[in-house]
Amino acid sequence: MSDRVVRRTVTVRNAQGIHARPADLLAKTASQFDATIWIERQGERIDAKSILSLLTLAAVEGTRLEICAEGTDAEEAVAKVAELIERGFDEADADSPSPTDSSPPQHRPGSIR
Amino acid sequence: MLSLQGIAVSPGVAIGEAFVVDHEGFRIPRRFVPQDAVEYEIERLQRALDAAAAELEQNRQRIDAQLGSQYGAIFSAHLRMLQDPQLVEKLHELIRTRHYSPEYAVSTTLREYAEAFEQLPGHVLPERAHDIYDIERRILRQLLGRRREELSHLDSPAVILAHDLTPGETAQLDPEKTLAFVTEVGGVGGHTAILAKAKEIPAVVGTGRFLHEVAGGDLVIVDGDHGHVIIDPDAATLERYERERKQHQALFQQFEQLRELPAETADGVRIELAANIEFPHEVRAARRRAAAGVGLYRTEFLYLASDEEPTEEDHYRAYAQVVEAMEGRPVVIRTLDLGADKLGRAPADGEEEANPFLGLRSIRLSLKNIDGFRVQLRAILRASALGPVQVMFPMIATLGELRRAKMVLADAMEDLDEQGIHYDRRIPVGMMVEVPSSAVLIERFLEEVDFVSIGTNDLVQYMLAVDRANREVAELYQATDPSVLVMIDRVVRAAEAAGKPVSVCGQMSSEPGQALLLLGLGIRRLSMPPVNIPEIKAVTRRVRCDECRSLAERALQMDLAREVNALLREELRRILPDLVNHHPTSPDTP
Repeated sequence: MSDRVVRRTVTVRNAQGIHARPADLLAKTASQFDATIWIERQGERIDAKSILSLLTLAAVEGTRLEICAEGTDAEEAVAKVAELIERGFDEADADSPSPTDSSPPQHRPGSIR
Repeated sequence: MLSLQGIAVSPGVAIGEAFVVDHEGFRIPRRFVPQDAVEYEIERLQRALDAAAAELEQNRQRIDAQLGSQYGAIFSAHLRMLQDPQLVEKLHELIRTRHYSPEYAVSTTLREYAEAFEQLPGHVLPERAHDIYDIERRILRQLLGRRREELSHLDSPAVILAHDLTPGETAQLDPEKTLAFVTEVGGVGGHTAILAKAKEIPAVVGTGRFLHEVAGGDLVIVDGDHGHVIIDPDAATLERYERERKQHQALFQQFEQLRELPAETADGVRIELAANIEFPHEVRAARRRAAAGVGLYRTEFLYLASDEEPTEEDHYRAYAQVVEAMEGRPVVIRTLDLGADKLGRAPADGEEEANPFLGLRSIRLSLKNIDGFRVQLRAILRASALGPVQVMFPMIATLGELRRAKMVLADAMEDLDEQGIHYDRRIPVGMMVEVPSSAVLIERFLEEVDFVSIGTNDLVQYMLAVDRANREVAELYQATDPSVLVMIDRVVRAAEAAGKPVSVCGQMSSEPGQALLLLGLGIRRLSMPPVNIPEIKAVTRRVRCDECRSLAERALQMDLAREVNALLREELRRILPDLVNHHPTSPDTP
């Protein structure tokens, strides 16, 4: 039982930053731990288990974030979350935008009304 | 205080409490729950969240299977948003400590998130705001059930604020209880706008998104003359509008006094001012404004009121009521002028039309559904035994269509003859000129009809290729574009040469400046919503025909609608200074 805060600084690597799919993955990963996990950026502190908060971070490629956790499995939590970010969320990069960030395809031909 | 600018579609100023109807018709009142109901409400919220999550999970699986997991991932993110611990905690807190109803808590909280997203840099994340609204709707749908708030059951007078109102919903609005309405989408000349005018309810449409910033019960000012909407006004603004509302009433009372005076120009030329009506009961408004007749009786309401095809008796009753109430004044009944989409009876294969305005609508629909068309024509013919009825076909684009429509009419006459049912054998048969092709060949059409009526709303839309309900291009919709004026001029001259009556029944008739222009082009019959008749009569009585003619001649030589509008404004200011003050944006309003 440790109440020590574990911290690690990481850099967002994937070209599109923390958009919907990465935020989903990140929140999912964080939620697997009992520890309280949060992310700090320039004094701003958000809950890593909250996808909505992660999205409002609007962290783009190159953003430096501090991953922090407190609780029994804090060490492992920080390691897993940091690794996920450093791996660039396993996104096959940049050239084609991930379909996650557009609405489901709709067939909507030009319409005058 | 929040100020919005929309498109003014129905005149008048109204001040009252907001009644908010959301995107899918959900009313989100600022409602509170009593202390002892908090736990129950939190449970209700939890059930709604669980149900919404189950729905999303189903969607995810379906999309996964259909399109692959990268698309299903969208729903996975939605699902996580829906179950976001921060969100859920916040909702609980609002219900527990501030006693918000779950609906109100969901709506406030998610809209805060959506707004936060919209503020984010770049373009990808702000787009996520749509997701938040989508989640909000999902939860609300669970909380409120699928029923759309019944607008017809307003218990006290209110200003209706909605994303959109269907024509059916507008039709239900009770003018006694509806002080005004405002919709986020829509444009001038849309069906909703026409209905608002018919019901004499001040209305502004196309304001863009604002509903997330209002709550039911907020004080709202709607200025249907200028398209302004003010939410939660400060004292000075409120006072200014109270004053304006009084002036508005005074001006219109002044116009009403012209009721007994003839509609004629200052040099004594008689102008026929007729009424456009939609519902039988509007005939009272038409009579009150001393309309010379009904220049356009729209019959769509018969089809919109129920899912069933109207019977001959449904038609007949509606027509007979109007013909009898007009006591010998002419009534022009227009056959069905709706798209299949509006009728909720899409073509058999269920495919939505990509371009409904170029699709199966109006006379095309009637000619595809000959049985229903014959039913309507029989009823019109029967009504012609009661008074001077004229029948008019909308959206005629080719001579072939006109001839087919006339053939169905002839068939219906034959049937009535066989059955010994009375009707006016010499019923005048006319057509709307609203598709450019019919204006181009107008001489040939005139040989086959007894009268024509220019439907400027659609004519402008089809000539300039502009959807007037589309905010992105609404400003390109200019009835005063010289190409439109040249077309009208051409139709008027051809009709004069053929000795057949020509009238205008579109929006142009009821805009004071544009009405002057129409008089100058030689139009002597204007048909408009009853509410506009007194004002147009006032304008007419102050001008001479030669003034209008030279105005029209100058306008025809111009290159741009903007120039024509400036000319009309200047002319109106000269002739009717008091009116221009009242119409500062007209006739420039798109």
